[in-house]
Amino acid sequence: MVEVEKVEYWRWPETSWINPDIDWQTGKVITAGIDVGSVSSQAVVMIDNELFAYSSTRTGSDSPESARKCLNMALVGSHMTEDNIDYCIGTGYGRVNVPMAQQTLTEIACHARGANFMYGPEIRTVMDMGGQDCKAIRTDERGRVVKFMMNDKCAAGTGRGMEVFADLIGVPVWEIGERSFQIDKEPERISSTCVVFAKSEVVSLLQEGVPENEVMAAYCAAMTHRITELLNRLGVEEKFAITGGIAKNIGIVKRLEKEIGITTAELSWYDAKMRDKELPFDTQIAGAIGAALFAAAMLERGRAKSVRKA
Amino acid sequence: MIVAGIDVGGKNVHVVIAKDGNILAKAGAPSGINKAEAAEKLYDETLKSVELKREDINRVVATGSSGSRVAFADGVIPDATADARGVIKLIPSARTVIDVGAEEGRAIRITQEGKVLDFAINERCAAGTGTFVESMARALEIPVEEMAKISLQSTKSIPMNAQCAVFGESEVVSLIHQKNSKQDIARAVHDAIAGRIGSVARIVGLENDVVMVGGVANNVGFVDSLKRELDMDVKVPDSPDYVGALGAVEAAVAGITVEKVEARVVEKETIEEGM
Repeated sequence: MVEVEKVEYWRWPETSWINPDIDWQTGKVITAGIDVGSVSSQAVVMIDNELFAYSSTRTGSDSPESARKCLNMALVGSHMTEDNIDYCIGTGYGRVNVPMAQQTLTEIACHARGANFMYGPEIRTVMDMGGQDCKAIRTDERGRVVKFMMNDKCAAGTGRGMEVFADLIGVPVWEIGERSFQIDKEPERISSTCVVFAKSEVVSLLQEGVPENEVMAAYCAAMTHRITELLNRLGVEEKFAITGGIAKNIGIVKRLEKEIGITTAELSWYDAKMRDKELPFDTQIAGAIGAALFAAAMLERGRAKSVRKA
Repeated sequence: MIVAGIDVGGKNVHVVIAKDGNILAKAGAPSGINKAEAAEKLYDETLKSVELKREDINRVVATGSSGSRVAFADGVIPDATADARGVIKLIPSARTVIDVGAEEGRAIRITQEGKVLDFAINERCAAGTGTFVESMARALEIPVEEMAKISLQSTKSIPMNAQCAVFGESEVVSLIHQKNSKQDIARAVHDAIAGRIGSVARIVGLENDVVMVGGVANNVGFVDSLKRELDMDVKVPDSPDYVGALGAVEAAVAGITVEKVEARVVEKETIEEGM
């Protein structure tokens, strides 16, 4: 019998990074933010409000275990342990199950705060798309939430919609964006809103002989349209940033920019050194960054006490 | 006069052939990818089974979501019209028709003559359609027929949070992991879709008698949930999945080959505002 390795098309690969310019032993305040989402989890460690380490890993069936695995992955090679952390905040769908967190915050607050750090204080609108929801958030110059619109009821227009599609056509989610532009002309978007009905539509298109890349373009366009409905309800004020897994899919990002007529903001934090790195900066960590920043702010204002053991 | 009604739905084709008010033959088959071809094939086979030829048929009326693809039909009527005419023929006391098929859920208020008074439809979202039931049965790893039966044995009502067929599948899996019985999960699934259908039905208003047709009307577990949801009796005619085709036959007899009905398209609000 031939063993076939099961390829996972639907999730982004795991990433991790350590800032080579920071010696954590000389840092004063070490905080962590852990964002346990439905599909992936992110851990961020900040030293004196500077990004020190992060990881983005897959969420398993056991949330506490996923949170631990994620933090450990961020800290690999740093010689830092959980005991060196002053304060940790959990966020995301599985936030109540983060054993090393002293407190939890909603991911909406954390994503707004994280986007403010990543893209700069001029950010006024943040769209975060997670594995099973999509949030459009208006923020102020300090990254505070002014108001938000959210869809967590319908899989169309959430990360799940893209995962289901990737699985269906057997193309990894990280290739869909690029390939959706390798076409002769932009096709009509998939007409079904519902992911379940869109699946049948995709199957018929492929059976009619429509090239795979064109089907990807049609699907990306449909998903973009769905997201636009949410953004229009909120009203997009510039600057505008996208966080979460979908920010890594140019098939959606480029089409969305065109549809709303607004270009997404550049990462302001993005150090020139990071550009040379093999791995691009992971936009999924916004929530965890926000959580770690909130932790530092709470310590600073005396609203939280350090639990550092070593 | 010999007439034929052909109902081409999202998942199945149904053909009914009748002569002077008596049904000569009826047949159903999956509509597949090429719905026009499937309809034509089933039509010819049904004719053959009663030794008739196409030229023996005085009038052919098509209906269903792909009814317009039946090129050889003399006319195409909307599903709501077909449902109304089919139901009133079978159950003259009917005033509200609920039709749940593979890809749509409809509610129609009708007159005693079988005319459409008001009509609401959900066709954008799989939750509230037969597809939802099928997806959940797959997640439960049991056939739809079994899920229908065992939900009647449920002793506990568990609410389902997911309002989406995609999210619903994950929820069913976690309900299994939480050691809920398959009976209770089956009922939760039927209750969830009954809730969606109920809200479509309330748009047109519910008047006795309520009659349910369409493929999902064969699901006894769902009908039970719908009765609870509406707090009304729900009648189901024999062969509820043939009612559309039967209605097309009725229209053919009456000489109706075209009709327009205004549908109220129901779309579930999915965006929530917060601060």
